[in-house]
Amino acid sequence: MSDLSAPRPVSVPGRISALLSRVTPGRILVTLVLLLGAWLMVFPFLWMLSSSLKPTSEVFDADFSLWPQTFAGGQNYYDVLVAQPYLRYLGNSLIVCIGILVVQLVTAVPAAYALAKLKFTGSTILLGTVIACLTVPINVTSIPIYLGLVKTGLLDTYFSMMFPFFVSVFAIFLFRQFFRSYPDSIIQAARVDGFSEIEIVLRLILPAAVPAAAAFSVFSFVAHWNDLYWPLIVVQSQEKMTATLSMMQYRSTFDINYGRTFAAATVVTVPMLLVFVFARRAFVRGITMSGVKG
Amino acid sequence: MRAENLLRRRQARLAYAMVAPASLLIALIYVVPMIAVVLASLTDYTLISDYWEWVGLDNYKRMFGDAQFGNALRNTAIYAAIFLPCAFVIPLLLAISIQKRKQFRSFFEILYFMPVTSTLTAMALVWSALMDSRQGILNEWLGSLGLGPVNFLGSPEVVLVSLAGISLWAIIGFNMVLFIAGLTAIPRSLYDAAKIDGADHPVDEFLRVTWPALAPTSVFVAVTSSITAFKLFDTVALLTQGQPDHASEVFLYLTFLEGFEYFNMGYAAALSVFFLGVIFVFALIQTLLADRTAR
Repeated sequence: MSDLSAPRPVSVPGRISALLSRVTPGRILVTLVLLLGAWLMVFPFLWMLSSSLKPTSEVFDADFSLWPQTFAGGQNYYDVLVAQPYLRYLGNSLIVCIGILVVQLVTAVPAAYALAKLKFTGSTILLGTVIACLTVPINVTSIPIYLGLVKTGLLDTYFSMMFPFFVSVFAIFLFRQFFRSYPDSIIQAARVDGFSEIEIVLRLILPAAVPAAAAFSVFSFVAHWNDLYWPLIVVQSQEKMTATLSMMQYRSTFDINYGRTFAAATVVTVPMLLVFVFARRAFVRGITMSGVKG
Repeated sequence: MRAENLLRRRQARLAYAMVAPASLLIALIYVVPMIAVVLASLTDYTLISDYWEWVGLDNYKRMFGDAQFGNALRNTAIYAAIFLPCAFVIPLLLAISIQKRKQFRSFFEILYFMPVTSTLTAMALVWSALMDSRQGILNEWLGSLGLGPVNFLGSPEVVLVSLAGISLWAIIGFNMVLFIAGLTAIPRSLYDAAKIDGADHPVDEFLRVTWPALAPTSVFVAVTSSITAFKLFDTVALLTQGQPDHASEVFLYLTFLEGFEYFNMGYAAALSVFFLGVIFVFALIQTLLADRTAR
């Protein structure tokens, strides 16, 4: 027994001291700061979820507890999802986001391919316009677009909610960069094999565009789900209200029922948390693509 | 030769068909409205009277003499002065300290990134509850440290700091991810070379290798964050409506009020043109800096 354990006292302290030499006070401090920061990042979500399960009297209780003493979650979420039209708001947001995305993809992919791989007069001007428009936010063009919608009587329609975003110059630019790296030799070979240009686009380019399109789609969906500015301008009725816009009902004053208020806030942001859980990588790819090449 | 010509012509025709929908939409959504907003800024058009006259540069003269406009610009500048340094330095430090870690790297990445995709309007509601002057948990924490209470959103001195805090919470993960991507792209060999040259200390290493190699990312982060700062809107519209005492009335919110609450379209158009000018200046700075860092 003692023979077998004899070498151990030498090696165990050795390993521990090796570990200890890496665990410097600096490192511990950095880790603590990182943990504290992470806690600050996540705490609002925990507080929101927790409050959405509480009765009003408990939300601002002096000693905060994550789990409610009286569980009111069932009532709060029933109120929001059944008694209040939140399902409709979520549906509106979904319709608008999907509508925007579909038109964006359908218009951007062919335009980007033409700009990347086909020769035609005017391509430089078009590309220049696309790049110039990259910096122009909706806030600059909102007045003329709004006036146009007023004059055509289209205010407070799904069309008016989607229209300014039907073309994404960002998508055109992103996809063009992506298509440019697609080897010309493959396209040439396909032409020699008798593929028409349309077939080349449908059978070669589209499948190759899937990763870029996926990244962009997540990006676009998140941006328009969270948009407050444009719905605030064109939406006038409860029937067209989006989930994000519905939060404006609580401006300055909360619903008397705090628990219900934060159940509503949870319902509005849960789809985005799902995106975060399931499509974070695609979203990050979208950001970094824009960052590296933009 | 003829066959090649034919191919080229067919290609051009196809190209026009492919760019036509996007071009039409760009014209309708960007080009025409941009011309229209400049023209509208030269009129006294209001949606209420639905009548207009050319007024030349009157709207611009009014703008530069307007106390509200001056106040909004000042507020935006103060907000940006608080927000921008933090929105740059904190994500950079986070990226550096997280990127080197073997353990917990993705754990931290995920947690810090969480606010980025979430709906800011909903989370702003949560923040306003946390920041509540009487019952808010932030004041409780401050109280236990013997500080406060602070009226985060209700006092003119603090409101811009509080709004900057909420915006920071929302943007830190976004900029961190950009910095991490930038750091990952720096070739290992640069660090090895610097080590041979005697850059042993982490600070040395940062100044000699990381900072110069990261320059394009830094320019991108700085410019996009500046534009974000200038576009502050959601939290103001939801939480303060420019209050208290116009202390949180920032530029975009003022433009929104003039255009879509008071329907002074001519004047709001002039404000939009000013906004466009600011954005172009930022874009120009980015291009110039990007050119310099590329060399």
